[in-house]
This record gives sequence, structure tokens and C-alpha cells, in this order.
Amino acid sequence: MTSQTARPRSFQDIILRLQSYWAEQGCAIMQPYDMEVGAGTFHPATTLRSLGTRPWAAAYVQPSRRPTDGRYGENPNRLQHYYQYQVLIKPSPPDLQDLYLGSLKAIGIDMALHDIRFVEDDWESPTLGAWGLGWEVWCDGMEVSQFTYFQQVGGHDCHPVSGELTYGLERLAMYVLGIDHVMDMPFNDPDARIPLSYGDVFRQTEEEYSRWNFDIADTDILLRHFQEAEAECEAILTQAHHDPKTDKRIVMAHPAYDQCIKASHIFNLLDARGVISVTERQAYIGRVRALARKCADAFVLTEAGGYPAP
Amino acid sequence: MPNLLIELFSEEIPARMQARAAQDLQKRMTDGLVEAGLTYGGARAFSTPRRIALAIEDLLAASPTIREERKGPRTDAPDKAIEGFLRGAGLTRDQLEQRDTPKGAVYFATIEKPGRPAAAIVAEVLEQTIRNFPWPKSMRWGEGSLRWVRPLHSILCILSTEEGAETVPFEIDGITAGNTTRGHRFMGAAPFAVTGFDDYAAKLKRAHVILDAEERAGHILHEAQNRAFASGFELFEDRGLLAEVAGLVEWPVVLMGEIGADFLDLPPEVLQTSMREHQKFFSLRNPKTGRIERFITVANIETPDHGATILAGNQKVLAARLSDAKFFWENDLRTIREKGLEGMAAGLSDVTFHNKLGSQADRIKRIEALAREIAPMVGAKPDLAAEAARVAKADLQSEMVGEFPELQGVMGRYYAQAAGHDDGVPEACEEHYKPLGPGDAVPTNPVSVAVALADKIDTLTGFWAIDEKPTGSKDPYALRRAALGVIRLVLGNGLRVSIADIAEKALGRSVFAREIAIARQDDQPFMADDLERNFPNASIPGEDSEKVPDLLAFIHDRLKVHLRDEGIRHDVIDACLAMEGNDDLTLLVNRAEALSAFLKTDDGDNLLQGFKRANNILTQAEEKDGVEYSFGADVKFAETDEEKALFAALDSAEPEIASAMKAEDFAAAMAAMAQLRAPTDAFFEAVQVNAENEVLRRNRLNLLSRIRTLCLSVADLTRIQG
Repeated sequence: MTSQTARPRSFQDIILRLQSYWAEQGCAIMQPYDMEVGAGTFHPATTLRSLGTRPWAAAYVQPSRRPTDGRYGENPNRLQHYYQYQVLIKPSPPDLQDLYLGSLKAIGIDMALHDIRFVEDDWESPTLGAWGLGWEVWCDGMEVSQFTYFQQVGGHDCHPVSGELTYGLERLAMYVLGIDHVMDMPFNDPDARIPLSYGDVFRQTEEEYSRWNFDIADTDILLRHFQEAEAECEAILTQAHHDPKTDKRIVMAHPAYDQCIKASHIFNLLDARGVISVTERQAYIGRVRALARKCADAFVLTEAGGYPAP
Repeated sequence: MPNLLIELFSEEIPARMQARAAQDLQKRMTDGLVEAGLTYGGARAFSTPRRIALAIEDLLAASPTIREERKGPRTDAPDKAIEGFLRGAGLTRDQLEQRDTPKGAVYFATIEKPGRPAAAIVAEVLEQTIRNFPWPKSMRWGEGSLRWVRPLHSILCILSTEEGAETVPFEIDGITAGNTTRGHRFMGAAPFAVTGFDDYAAKLKRAHVILDAEERAGHILHEAQNRAFASGFELFEDRGLLAEVAGLVEWPVVLMGEIGADFLDLPPEVLQTSMREHQKFFSLRNPKTGRIERFITVANIETPDHGATILAGNQKVLAARLSDAKFFWENDLRTIREKGLEGMAAGLSDVTFHNKLGSQADRIKRIEALAREIAPMVGAKPDLAAEAARVAKADLQSEMVGEFPELQGVMGRYYAQAAGHDDGVPEACEEHYKPLGPGDAVPTNPVSVAVALADKIDTLTGFWAIDEKPTGSKDPYALRRAALGVIRLVLGNGLRVSIADIAEKALGRSVFAREIAIARQDDQPFMADDLERNFPNASIPGEDSEKVPDLLAFIHDRLKVHLRDEGIRHDVIDACLAMEGNDDLTLLVNRAEALSAFLKTDDGDNLLQGFKRANNILTQAEEKDGVEYSFGADVKFAETDEEKALFAALDSAEPEIASAMKAEDFAAAMAAMAQLRAPTDAFFEAVQVNAENEVLRRNRLNLLSRIRTLCLSVADLTRIQG
């Protein structure tokens, strides 16, 4: 592994440094959630774990998909599939800003040379029924992270409050590495036996998915999937908490939440296909939010959600 | 007397909230202190991104002792009553004093509230202030329940005298007040202790924090001007941006950068908007080329490379932003070259204006037809007004406006020029949205005026057609603003138009739009076809015509508000509104202004009283007699000189007023009316109207009716109060 003092040389170097930095700060380094999501926030390690009273500290990379942002791999900054780095600590520690600045240092940003600023930017996710206050963090005028103190998730007030950090990995890495087009960014070390660029890894998939997202995805199937996910989510949550087979109390918050994630992603695909009108949009977002709310209601009735309340 | 210094140190406070927060801290603290008996000499509040601070000079060291005397029950009152009094006063019976009064011996209590030291009071008031602080948005953090704009880290609270400084004992949710603070996040060293305000401000400066936002703003402006001047550029001053940037830095470092040559041909508004909105940059203009070629950015740190890295980063971000803008600009120009502005606007048929009124394209057709009709009334060529209306909203479909909605209209002007439009059409594209608010300029170019009026009147009749009028504080479609826009366009250009006539034409089209929208929604294509066949002009005239006076009343209400702001009383406006032709707003306002001025004169006020007296006598007589006195006063029945003089005055005033009114010279009409004042006063002084002799009485009543008729021909004076 590259030494921490030398400048990072590749995309993965930056990810590895963030992983080891946040591991040193005591976070559980988790793996990406194995479902299609629009942002790292959707990972249950953030959405659900920010609820309830039990302390939590996790960091992970989350591949994220935003079908409408597809540009066939041609735009230097826009991708329909990209990576977010996500940190969630509950309760938010008093030195979270300093911890965050430490992470920038770890990836080679010299605080004495750069202009780091915390600029007001309040976050809200209408689909998750969540909001918080915080900033976008600027480095020399470029937004490199989102920094949020969660106040409400799934319609529940957060007690205690979680601190959430989200890094847009490609943009941050391009800035640190001095790259102008994302596809030109070294993915592994440029001196590796087989050097690979971001484009080597993702140019083709960006093209394929852009075409599918915009023109091919079967909207009838998607609409049906949306309804099925919605129905399944609700069906799961109406089950009795007592499992007759094991004679245990099992509230199935996570399986229900998977269906909520699925519905949310299908909505994004339908949006990219341009079949959702402005008025329908609000209605769909409201339906996903209703699911998220019910999943949050269920999660706080589980052990991880702090049940029974002390 | 001690000085008080308070600093509330937190994570970054949003720039837009800082100034207000400093004021609120000052107001809440000083109000609370004064209420508790601590008066002070002076107070000043400060803000930076990470702190709000308050310095109070010459505070009382303790609140004064207050003595209060209370009268109690008689000494022979039941024990219960006396005990109750003792409880209320917090005393024992032996502390009471007996005094003889005319009602017998009565207990008196003297309650002494001892003064309290400043520190105790400051702690209490500060706690209240922090807990109830009026942040526009506040939050919790960690495990605490305290709310602040962002996590609150430390509190400095000291009382200092010449002998030294003492920390006020104070604790809130685990934060204990102290005498230390911190400097700049990156350039300040360790926390430091302070002994008073001067020490605080000086040590902060050494730790690279300028406490005073005004000083930071002044520094930024001065440096920016210097940089601009030294390189031969001119700074676009932008007060709002300056205040915002001063709230984003504790230690402003002004840097000047270049805009890449590739972007210099973009319209200056695009450069300026992109730089201001996204990057908080100031724009610098080259006076020789007239273009924006440089920018000023303000960093929060001094670096060993004198900002080179920071500037390079900012330039890179800007280049990415401007590449997008340039891409949009070039795409838009290509669209115009290939398809014209109408081609660009084609997509507006897919954009819903309102689901009960159809698409933006439908709306543009209505505005075009209306603008054509309005054009001759405002001195514009109908074809030009129609052309302008057709393309005025094309830029809503441009990529540039999609990215920068605030450039709507401005881009319309550029794109109209690029498409070869001329003769005021490009200006109309920009100006037809105006005036946007009470402070916005009113367009004067006739083509702009025609389209702007058509745009606003169509908006009003459209929402009137579907019964979406504003209610209470709810005005989601900004219809009050549209009505004020109509008023200001008419008055600002001295237009002589009948708003009712224009609204009637517009309403016919709005009703058609509504009916078509209903027909289409009900999925009955033949209904829509029938409508189109039966009403080939896309208008259903006469339908729902009661909505025109209702809309006119709404416009009149807005006019009243507008004129009240200009100092004209509402009853004066009512008196003019009651006259014919009140939808000619220019005429209406001329009349109201003349009447308002007239009533402020002595003659005017007295004549008003005379009119009212005449009117009262007449009304009573008419009620009693069941007839209307309106005709036939004859001077031969006049008995006194005063009566004859009034006949003479009316004989001369009547034709004078009639011709002035015909010429719409309200000032002259009022002046002629003023001449009636003296004879009217003299008449009432000398003559008894209700005479015994029925002939004389009738004649006098008929004479009064001449006064009434004459006055009412100018304005409905019965509506004037007082």
C-alpha cells in the first residue's frame, strides 16, 4: 500500500486511504449494500441505523445509480453509476468536523495550501422522509463532500443525532489527482503491471446502461415491479411480530426496507424513461416515502432499533 | 462599572443568518438585562462564520434594591386573611407595621427586594437567550437536546473592570462558560484567554479573525477594487454578494483570476450569473473591450504559495461550469439557426401552464392575440407586438434557461437578436415579465408594454376563469403581483385604455382554454373538435362575463393599496371609483390625485362640509316629501343677497366645471368648485332652507340640488369621511 505521506496515485488509492482512516477512527468498515440505490444514504447502515438510541459508527463505499445522469461515458463529470463514500456516526461526536478534515489530509489535501469551507446546504430526501442541517464542503471552490446532522429519518426525530458524511468519490479523486475527464483517471496504480483507467473499467458500461436507461427499459415491466415491491413491502410489515415457527419475536424491518429501496430505484428508472409527468412524480415520491416511513416505524420496534426502549 | 463580553462559538453559521443573529443576541440580552434592573451604557454585536459576540459597556454591577409597600387587612381581620397576606408578602406577623387609617388599624408590609449581582442576572438572561434564540432553522446534535443553528462548542462570558476580568458562572447542556476562545480554523493556534473586548478583538486579529463583518466586507471591497484598478479592470459592485462573502470567511484573502479565452464571448449576464450563483465570484469588466474577463474570489486563508493552488482550483471549477454554459449557449444558437426561435418554442406545447388552462403554447397564442389588440392603444405596431409575443417565451425552452432559470428574458433578448428580430422585439422578450415587483422598473418601449400587459391580463383572466383567485395570504400564482404590474404599466406610461374592455377580450379566450382543457381531460375528442369548430377564434365571448367586474374590483383593490402607499386615502379613491369610466386607471388616478390635493386645502375641506350639509338637508327632505329635488330653482324666488350670490356662483361654476371635466382637467374643475365655498358658507349662514313658505322651501331645496349635482359630477363626495 502507498505510504500515507506520499500523494495518492489512483482512484482506488484514495478509497483505500479513506477506508483505513475511518477504520482508525473506530468505524466499522462495511461493504456496499447489495442492491441498486441512488445514494449511500439508502444503505440500511445509514437509513435504518440512524434511527433509535443505539450507538453506531460505520463507513463504506456505496456504488450508486442515477439513471437520468447517464451521458454514454462522454461527459467529463457525469455518470449514471458512480461511487459514494459514506460515514455515519451516532451520536455525532463533538469533533466530527476535525475528524472530517483529518480524512481530507489522509487523501493528500494539504490544509495549509487549500481553502476549505463549510457552506450552508441543508439536506433533505423526500423519498426517505428525511432531513438534516449541515454544509457542502468546498475545497478551492469545488464541492467535495456533504456534511449533515440528521434531524429526522422516515418521519422519526433522530435521538441521538447522527453525523453523516458523503464524499462524491470520482469528483474528489479527480481533483486530488488533477484529472480533467473521469474516464482518464487511473483506477489502479499507473505503474501497475496492468494499469487500468476508470474508462477501462466503466466506459462501456456507461454506454450500455445509458442506452438501456433512456430507451430500452420496459416501462410496463417496471411499473409492475414498482407495484409489486410496494405491495410486498406492506405485506411484510403487516405480519405479526411473533414467528410461530421459532416462537420468537421477529420484526422484518430489513426485508421490508429492501422492497422500499427497490421501489425507489424503479421510480428512478421510470423517471429516466420519461414516462412520469410532473404531477405523477410527486405522487410516486409520496408512495416511496410512505414505505420508508413504515420501515422506520418497524425498525424502531427491533433490537437494533433500540427496542425495548430503556 | 463592569463591561460584559459574550461569545457563542459554534460550527459554521450560514452566511445569510449571521447579521440577524448578532442583532437578536444584542436585543434579547439587553432587553433581559434591563428588565432585571441592569442598565448599561452601550452595546455592540458582531458575527463571523463561527461565532456571534456581544460587547456591553458600563453595565450596573448589581441591580438596585427595590422597596415596595403593601397595604394589608385590618388588624382585627380574621386570622385567615392575615395569614394569606403574610404568605403573599413572604413575611412574618412581627415584621408588619400597624397604622391607623380612617378605616381603623391596618397592617402594612414593607417588602424589600435586594439587588442582585450582575453575574447572576447575566447567567439567567443568557440561558433564556440561548434556549429561545430565534434562528430561522435550528438543530440538535450528539445526545443533547439543546437547539442551535449548528453545534455550539463553547461560550465565553466575562465581566471585566479595571481590577480584572471575572468569568460569569454559567453552564448550559454540558457547556461551561469560560474566558477563552479560538482563532481561525487553520491559521489560529491554541485557544487563548481574554480579559475584555479590546483584548478579545486584538487577540482574534492576531489569530487571523476579523471580528467585524463590516470590516471584512470593507476589506474585501477595497482589495477587490485595488486589484481591479491595478490591472485596468472595473469591478461590478454587488452588495448582496459582498455581504454573503463576508459571512463565509473570518480572514478574507482576495484573489484575482482569469476567465479562459474560450468563454469570453458568452453574454456578460451568463458569466456573471454563473460566477455569482455557483462560485460566489465577483465579475471584473475590461473597459476597453466591454467584456467580463476576470473574476475576484475571496479565500479564507493565506498560503505559502500566495493562493496559487487555491486560484488554480477555482479556475478549474469555473472552467467546468462555463464549459457547461458555453455548451448550452452554442446548442441554443444552433437550434435557432436551424429552426428559428419559433422552432425553439415548439416544445412549449408539451409544457403545461396549468392543467385547467392547457399548455404554455396555448397561452402564448392567447397573449399574441391580445397583444395585437392592445398594440394600437399603446402606440405599438400590431404585427410587431404579435411577433414579440410569439417568441417572448421561447427561451424557456433553451438549455441555458434550463440551467439558469434566473436568466429567463435576458436570454430571450440575446436569442431574439440572434434570430434576426429587431424593432423592439428583442427588448420585449426581456421586458415582458416586468415590472416584477413594486421596486422594479416599468418598461416603456411600446412593444414591450403591449406584450407585458397582455401577459399579465391573460394570467389574471385565466385564473379568474378557473376560479383560482387569491385568498387571504395565499396567492400561489402571484396574481396580486400581476394586477399591480397592470396598474404600474398603465400609470407609468400614462396609458388611456379600458381595462374592462381588454379583460373582456382576454376572458373570452381564457374561458375557451378552460373548456378545451376540460374536453381533453374527459377524453372526448369530439367535444374538443366541436369547440374548435364553433369558436374558430379560440374565444367564447360573453361567457362568464360577471367575472370581468369581479376582476376589475380586484385590480381596484390593488390600486387602493398602491395609492395608499403614495399617500392617497382610501375614501378619496372610493369617491373616484364610484364615477363612470373607472376602468381607465390613468383617469381614475388623475381624479384621485386632484381630489386628494383639493381636500387638503382649506377651500376643499369647507366645500366638502357645505356639500355634506346640502346633501343631508336634501336627503331628509326627499325622504320626508317622497320626491326628488333636482330641477327648477329660480333666482326670482331668491330673497337674500346670499341666496342670489349662490345662484350667481353656480351659474358661473357650472359651465366652467363642465368644460374642465370634458377636458379631463380635474385640477381646473376642483379650482372652479373651490369658488363655491364662500357663497355656500354664506348661504348656510344667512338662509333657512326649510322656510315656512313652501315655494321658497322648494326653490331652496332645488338650489341645493344644483350644488349636489355639480359636486357629484366631479367625484362622489358622499364617500368622503369626515
